[in-house]
Amino acid sequence: MNGWRGHILRVNLTRGTAKKEPLDPKLARAYIGGRGLGTKLLADEIDPKVDPLAPGNKLIFATGPLTGTGASTGGRYMVVTKSPLTGAIACSNSGGYFGPEVKYCGHDFIILEGRAKEPVYLWLDNDRVEIRPAGTLWGKSTHEAEDQLKAETHPEAKVSAIGPAGEKLAFTACILNDKHRAAGRSGVGAVMGSKQVKAIVAKGSQSVTVARPRDFMAASLAVVNKLKASPVTNEGLPKYGTPILVNVINAHGFLPTRNFQQGQFEGAEQVSGETIADTILIKNKGCFSCTIACARVTEVKTGKYKGAGEGPEYESGWALGISTGVSNLEAITKANYLCNELGMDTIEAGVAVATAMELYERGYIPAGDVARPLRFGDAETLVWLIEEMGHRRGFGELAAQGGYRIAERYGHPELFMGSKKQAFPAYDGRGAQGMALGYATSNRGACHLRGYTISVEVFGIPKKMDPFAIEGKAEVSKLFQDVASFVDSCGICLFTTFGIGAEDIVPMLDAATGQGYTLEECLKIGERVWNMERLFNLKAGLSGKDDTLPPRILHEGIPEGPAKGMVGRLGEMLPEYYRLRGWDTAGVPTKAKLKELALA
Amino acid sequence: MAKVLVIHPERCTACRACELACSMKHHGEFNPSRSRIQVNIFLEEAIYIPTTCTQCDQAWCAKICPTNAIVLDEKTLAYKVVDDKCVGCKMCVLACPFGSMVLFPEKGKAEKCDHCLSVDGDPECVKFCTPKALEYLDEDTEVRLRQMATAMKLKETFKEVTVS
Repeated sequence: MNGWRGHILRVNLTRGTAKKEPLDPKLARAYIGGRGLGTKLLADEIDPKVDPLAPGNKLIFATGPLTGTGASTGGRYMVVTKSPLTGAIACSNSGGYFGPEVKYCGHDFIILEGRAKEPVYLWLDNDRVEIRPAGTLWGKSTHEAEDQLKAETHPEAKVSAIGPAGEKLAFTACILNDKHRAAGRSGVGAVMGSKQVKAIVAKGSQSVTVARPRDFMAASLAVVNKLKASPVTNEGLPKYGTPILVNVINAHGFLPTRNFQQGQFEGAEQVSGETIADTILIKNKGCFSCTIACARVTEVKTGKYKGAGEGPEYESGWALGISTGVSNLEAITKANYLCNELGMDTIEAGVAVATAMELYERGYIPAGDVARPLRFGDAETLVWLIEEMGHRRGFGELAAQGGYRIAERYGHPELFMGSKKQAFPAYDGRGAQGMALGYATSNRGACHLRGYTISVEVFGIPKKMDPFAIEGKAEVSKLFQDVASFVDSCGICLFTTFGIGAEDIVPMLDAATGQGYTLEECLKIGERVWNMERLFNLKAGLSGKDDTLPPRILHEGIPEGPAKGMVGRLGEMLPEYYRLRGWDTAGVPTKAKLKELALA
Repeated sequence: MAKVLVIHPERCTACRACELACSMKHHGEFNPSRSRIQVNIFLEEAIYIPTTCTQCDQAWCAKICPTNAIVLDEKTLAYKVVDDKCVGCKMCVLACPFGSMVLFPEKGKAEKCDHCLSVDGDPECVKFCTPKALEYLDEDTEVRLRQMATAMKLKETFKEVTVS
């Protein structure tokens, strides 16, 4: 096969076996790879009602046909599983160098099933697979583990690992590769921990071939040139990274502040992309084959928050800083480094801290339950609590399960700001109605990457829409959700879509695979993937009732600023969205729609 | 006029697009371990250094080759491997102090960067290097640019000294 390597590596941890299986070309054609084909494999192989942390759940590392190629940003891989955080489908996406290395070892997918009797790691030395004991690695940070694993295997091996949070099954746990790149959301790190797998280590020297090399290189160069011509991908992201959004979203009045109690943050300037560039930024960095290079390599040189690493990204800096009311950039950066080292999703962890702070300030968390007062804006408490969470010590034991579990424990689940038990990211849906609809309908719980309507509501890409208006939002949400499903299935980064459209990706995908893909078919595949995820969730026990938002978003207006008085008008958008999706009024895909998408 | 492949490590973002472009150009496949240029990534220090053949004037690889398989390309003034003559003896690999000679087991022949034997356009790696960490410049242009960069720094120093 071209583009794909044509193989699945299946590792049964209970039995300690690893075998290489052929990839079904028909399934590959219909679901492409990554998020699409990864979810198809999971949905076919597990009971959607399975306990996510039981051996019956599976953890799939999924690359796409463009992963490991010269396509711009062609380095992504996804982790697909049933989420312990949401009970719904999980698919977390990461860059760095790990995904391509899996393909250079000969595999498109790695399926982990069962549970090892003791901590192990996988060593993929080209085709050869070893399940090795990881006793001496257990308890170590992702960074310590990566260094030790490279010493034990190959100095240029690529590592994807969990930290102590994943080992201790925290629902906020993520999977880190290349030390700083995270498959972040939905608690995928806890599933890896439940299987007693500390890491996957890969070093390969095999080739990824493409069907029509000349066409492929021409299509890739055309994409590179478009990305160079876009002010977002050529200037904004390399220079200021994703935190360029802090000032932009603050000016629009929907930068969620102090657990969504305000829409503007008085300390925004201190944590903005511009300030980061002027202070802690060492340089920008690219993931594999990336022509954008938005990563922030940073260092806090002195003081009690001294450290070095990558970040904070916009979402991370927001969750750990703005949502907690903390404006001390060095403390936020330290909290970000700790999340990476301990293996926690920065968004879920930051929002958990913010949730706890609001509950504490309102007197719902008794002072005796936590060793320190939890007050908004307290930088020291932020850093302390993140560390407690990563090790699941004291109050961190509960807090590491995310904001929903904290709010539920103290009898106020309405104060958790998220959807389907997953925390909101850094846009208040009241000020950007498309995001409100997107958060409520996202299959993996609240997420900005599932349908990034900020693109039209703020940037005007491809056209400008009023963020406060609801007209046309159902349609654009559906379209963006389908496009993102397609992009995530190819193995490239969603950020390319600031400068290119699906119509620019299709020629690369087609030249790589030689399958005769058209734009129309690719959008249909995106829609198929979305509906397949929805079906998984329905079988897992979720329903249209879960397509909702907290009462604060639905009924309390943003108190001040440009978005003053705005509420999330979900109820007005949802019926239209269901109709456009071809779902019934309860949010269930109709038989006709499933037939059209070849899902029934 | 000889052209040089100029490497600016401080501009490199470690994306490795050069490795992909090189392996595709010369092997028709994507495979960094088949590339004639390598990005050396030091994550902790945040330093990324692409390395490849520097086209030595006194090319030890060419001098030591018993079959004269490594020759100067008259148009580009870069050293290239003549496949038909190479017997895979690996003497060039031993001779090169920079590790710029590469060998692939299944091919049984040595390879090295030959600037894609490009006369008018850029070599493939340069074409795909977005941050311009790789440039293909006339040798004297590059030398003059470096002299000017040094002079600029001196100028700034003089200004500071004069002002204070």
